[in-house]
Amino acid sequence: MVENEGIRRYVAHAILWIGIAIVAFPVYLAFVASTQDNAAIANGQMSLLPGGHFLETYYKTLFVGSSGTTREPVGTMLLNSLIMALSIALGKIFISILSAYAIVFFRFPFRMTVFWIIFITLMLPVEVRIYPTYKIAADLNLLDSYSGLALPLIASATATLLFRQFFMTVPDELMEASRIDGAGPFRFFKDTLLPLSRTNMAALFVILFIYGWNQYLWPLLITTRDDMQTIQVGIRKMIVTSDALTEWPVVMATSILAMLPPVLVVIVMQKLFVRGLVETEK
Amino acid sequence: MANVVLRNVRKTYPGGVDAIKGVDFEVGDGQFCVLVGPSGCGKSTLLRMVAGLETITSGEIDIGGRVVNQVEPADRDIAMVFQNYALYPHMSVYNNMAYGLRNRGMAKPEIDKRVREAAQILEIGPMLDRKPKQLSGGQRQRVAMGRAIVRQPKVFLFDEPLSNLDAKLRIAMRVEIRKLQRRLSTTSIYVTHDQLEAMTLADILVVMNGGVVEQIGNPLDIYQKPATTFVASFIGAPPMNLTPFKPGEASIAVPGNTGGILGVRPEDLTLTTGTASDGGIRYDLTVEAIERVGAETFVYGSRNGAKEAAAVSSKPGELPPGEIIVRLPGQAAPAIGERIVAVAPRDKLHIFGADGRSRIEL
Repeated sequence: MVENEGIRRYVAHAILWIGIAIVAFPVYLAFVASTQDNAAIANGQMSLLPGGHFLETYYKTLFVGSSGTTREPVGTMLLNSLIMALSIALGKIFISILSAYAIVFFRFPFRMTVFWIIFITLMLPVEVRIYPTYKIAADLNLLDSYSGLALPLIASATATLLFRQFFMTVPDELMEASRIDGAGPFRFFKDTLLPLSRTNMAALFVILFIYGWNQYLWPLLITTRDDMQTIQVGIRKMIVTSDALTEWPVVMATSILAMLPPVLVVIVMQKLFVRGLVETEK
Repeated sequence: MANVVLRNVRKTYPGGVDAIKGVDFEVGDGQFCVLVGPSGCGKSTLLRMVAGLETITSGEIDIGGRVVNQVEPADRDIAMVFQNYALYPHMSVYNNMAYGLRNRGMAKPEIDKRVREAAQILEIGPMLDRKPKQLSGGQRQRVAMGRAIVRQPKVFLFDEPLSNLDAKLRIAMRVEIRKLQRRLSTTSIYVTHDQLEAMTLADILVVMNGGVVEQIGNPLDIYQKPATTFVASFIGAPPMNLTPFKPGEASIAVPGNTGGILGVRPEDLTLTTGTASDGGIRYDLTVEAIERVGAETFVYGSRNGAKEAAAVSSKPGELPPGEIIVRLPGQAAPAIGERIVAVAPRDKLHIFGADGRSRIEL
């Protein structure tokens, strides 16, 4: 056992490094491509080392837009995506924490029925209910608007379930102590439940932000104007399939930019995120 | 300062379970009342009804001359200490104590004064800035008490506050709770399943079983004159020896010459070689087990001739039939298997009716 330890560690590390390489290489390649001259990529003579067009390409991508089209620059798309992802994440947390609060702490008729109805919506993701949802959004004049992008995705059974599970671990005595301390339902929620849910909310925010950021189908349907486009849809539209030349450096730069916000969110909230998932202390 | 009166209080849960089947008692101003009974006897439910955390199906609860059946817990002028303390985990000790006062809109300097006063009484001054999870069990208990004290309520309610502490701390806190209650002279109702805690703390002891009150009174009166066999076996450790007898069977003269149940406390039995005098009781025993606890020794004997453990007793705290406990002072004890004779004088005997519900005075 003891003499094997060294070899085992090397093998384990080697496997991990190979894994990292497999995941990281495409990202690296995208970054390198975004700094090259478009001609070099089109020729198939792309170097594996970063080229000298970094500032130029990123400036063009963010503020000018790809040439030959009338597309909006990526800056606008990033902003649209950010607004959409933030509204979805915050909206989902807001709605689901309130519904979980109602389901766990209040006794009202058909409480369990309500819970099961919420639960069943897990089986109805956007893809399944796309036509009725689109119809409603269109009827409500939500096409090409931020509310149209975010609202239909805000209801969340997953988040409601997560908060419900957490609330059920809160001892009843805490609520009773609050009642004796003169805190009504709203005060108990604000002063006790919210602070206790902080880490859960952070963990959910990370997951939901990425969920919102990665939406493709819904934004594709609901937005027709270029200035309302999200970055996920924008990338696809940049890749020209007709006779024009695709501007690969700009596409790659857009991809890199599209990856950054979720990465930033994860890095910034990592500590809270992990605590939210493993913490049991009450 | 207030008295608490319960008038024919009942609690029926939806689904038809009767948790409290009509309870009447009164706790005078400044008195310390202890509700004691086995698990599931309804004592905690009753306390929670006084607190307002459970609704009252029928009857009245009166705190300080005001019927509070429909009053919210916060407006009943009570404070409660919970078994698991129920401290707010995200608040500092200071804020835990101040929270209830802030919700009442009390002025800041007054809150500060009360919290510091309570902290000083409970000796938790240096911990005011800490979070509950940084405190030991005993310290959390003190904070929970502090939260009750700062309210300066009419009534303190304690729901088994010491059962999460270790044995030594429990005894120390028990004494402190009593001292504190004397000092503040606030009416208190205290729930416990520990009969020792009940005996030592209570001004008035309320023994409950199965949703009804078995006996109410001064702890020593209850100990000396238990009204039912349940009280007899529940109060006192080890429990009273209870043996059924048929009419005419016992060596004692019972008024009316009926059958019944004979009780004798382990400490009232003495070992002898002779017979019982003045109409007392005599047990011929074979020693089965011995427990030495230092200052005293408990001898478990089976009665010669009695069918051994014919059925396991279903009532809590009761011995298997045929087994008798004798408490001997000191450490001297007979050997296991030895035959002994234990006797008790007539004035130490307790006689109950055959159903165990009534006490017959000799």
